[in-house]
Amino acid sequence: MSEYSGHVLTEIPRRSKVARFRPAVIVVIALVAILFQIYVPRFLQYLAYLELPLLVTVYFSLMKRQEIPGVLFGASIGLVQDSLSHQPMGMFGIVKTLVGYFSASASLRFDVENQWMRFILCFFFYLFHQFFYWVLVRALLDQPGDFDPRKELVLAFLNGTVAVPLFQLLDKLKETVD
Amino acid sequence: MDSILQRYRNQMVLVIVVGLQLILVGYQVRNKEDMRLVRVWAVSAVTPLARVLEGVRGLGARILNDYFLLLAARDENARLKEELNRLKLENQQMREDLGTADRGKALLAFQARTPSKMLAARVIANSAGVNSKVVFVDRGTVNGVMRGMAVITPDGIVGRVLLAYPMASQVMLVSDSGFAAGVVSQKAHALGIVRGQGNSNLLVDRVPIEAKVEVGERFYTSGDDRIFPRGLLAGEVKSIAQGRLYQEIVLVPSGFRSGLEEVLIVLEGVHQDLPNIDPSRQPIKLVPPVEGAPEEKDPDSSDLQTTDADRLRERYRKLAESQGLTFGTPGRTPNFNANPDAPRPRPSVTPTPAPTPAATQTPASAAVPPPPNQ
Repeated sequence: MSEYSGHVLTEIPRRSKVARFRPAVIVVIALVAILFQIYVPRFLQYLAYLELPLLVTVYFSLMKRQEIPGVLFGASIGLVQDSLSHQPMGMFGIVKTLVGYFSASASLRFDVENQWMRFILCFFFYLFHQFFYWVLVRALLDQPGDFDPRKELVLAFLNGTVAVPLFQLLDKLKETVD
Repeated sequence: MDSILQRYRNQMVLVIVVGLQLILVGYQVRNKEDMRLVRVWAVSAVTPLARVLEGVRGLGARILNDYFLLLAARDENARLKEELNRLKLENQQMREDLGTADRGKALLAFQARTPSKMLAARVIANSAGVNSKVVFVDRGTVNGVMRGMAVITPDGIVGRVLLAYPMASQVMLVSDSGFAAGVVSQKAHALGIVRGQGNSNLLVDRVPIEAKVEVGERFYTSGDDRIFPRGLLAGEVKSIAQGRLYQEIVLVPSGFRSGLEEVLIVLEGVHQDLPNIDPSRQPIKLVPPVEGAPEEKDPDSSDLQTTDADRLRERYRKLAESQGLTFGTPGRTPNFNANPDAPRPRPSVTPTPAPTPAATQTPASAAVPPPPNQ
């Protein structure tokens, strides 16, 4: 247990392992994630459970290991998502801003190169994202919203499972690792 | 001061960004205003990509479909011919509808036989969000689409236009938890409100407990919501639960039965009657009588009277005729105590005095002789 904890937890901020990406890569990946979400489930309905914009937000925030870029990336991708949804602008933005911030914070404490840790973080952040969005819809918009805990647990597991190979794929797009 | 700012810089940025977005949401909710310009930019940027993807997908699907059809055609040809012949005989009417095969043709056929003015549209994308039940269609304000218009398929209602952009529109599906529409049951004409539940079923509420609704019965739009014209199929009843005041009826939506690729946007809705399924009201088609067979008698004739009600009706008709009246028409009331077989009294030659109030009230009793003792 102590060995495992020592492996996935770190006391020293891992500034030395900050990943860098070309801005164009970040923009294209974010757009692809959003396009995937709005287009692909039309034909492969079972893929509707994939919250790719969230996974991309978590990935870039974890890899950048800095809260402010995580906040700005989360807010940006969330607002674009909002502009393509039927809810007021800012709903996804707020949730993904928080996800970006907490992901970046988590990256300073955990070994984010570990596959299990990536799975657990994505599992947790998916649940956080869905629950907080549901809270916002009820509190700010006074709408019922959809949040079925059992269903969301299953979807969180599936998103976490997809996140592991996805993150490995995205790792190949890193420009430099200092 | 600088050290504090430096120390809490990350948290301050977080608070500022979240706070700005909260203000943005609050502004939109409070003023009921939308950031339309931003949405138009986003949708205009995304929909061309979606159109291109849709075109490529459609082309690829057609090529693959044709290829596999050709491969399978030889093996299936004989069996399909036999099956086709059998189906032709079994279901002539259905074959006419399905003979078009192509959805576009089916939509055109539906448009032609529906009085509402409609516009065909293609679904090009889903809306963002895992639980979202909103789609984009490739028709917008330049095609005359406006917010609030009904969206249907020949199978039933699909949703309503949530937002209309120049080249595309956002359609809230009936399954979205924010969707509601007025409906009426087919048999008892019980009014209710159909709501989306975020899953594949719909819920009809506000149907009183005393209203008789059966499993399998259909619900149609009532037209009360001013969005959907009356008479469009909403769905079939899957299950019914009794609530305290109202029934909770679960409906299977019918609009998605053939998939959701092409839809019709109702530009100008025209209310229609609900389909009549009461067998006693449906017209009956009879073949002509056999040549040389005895002619069927009028059912009103006395020979066919078999019940007491028929005999009583005939007696009243005769009574009225004997008193110079027509039974069943408004006006003077015949004296039903008179003998219908008694001879009709001759009209009086002496001038009739002005009618008194009493005579006005009972003209029949004054004009006919007193009834004989029975």
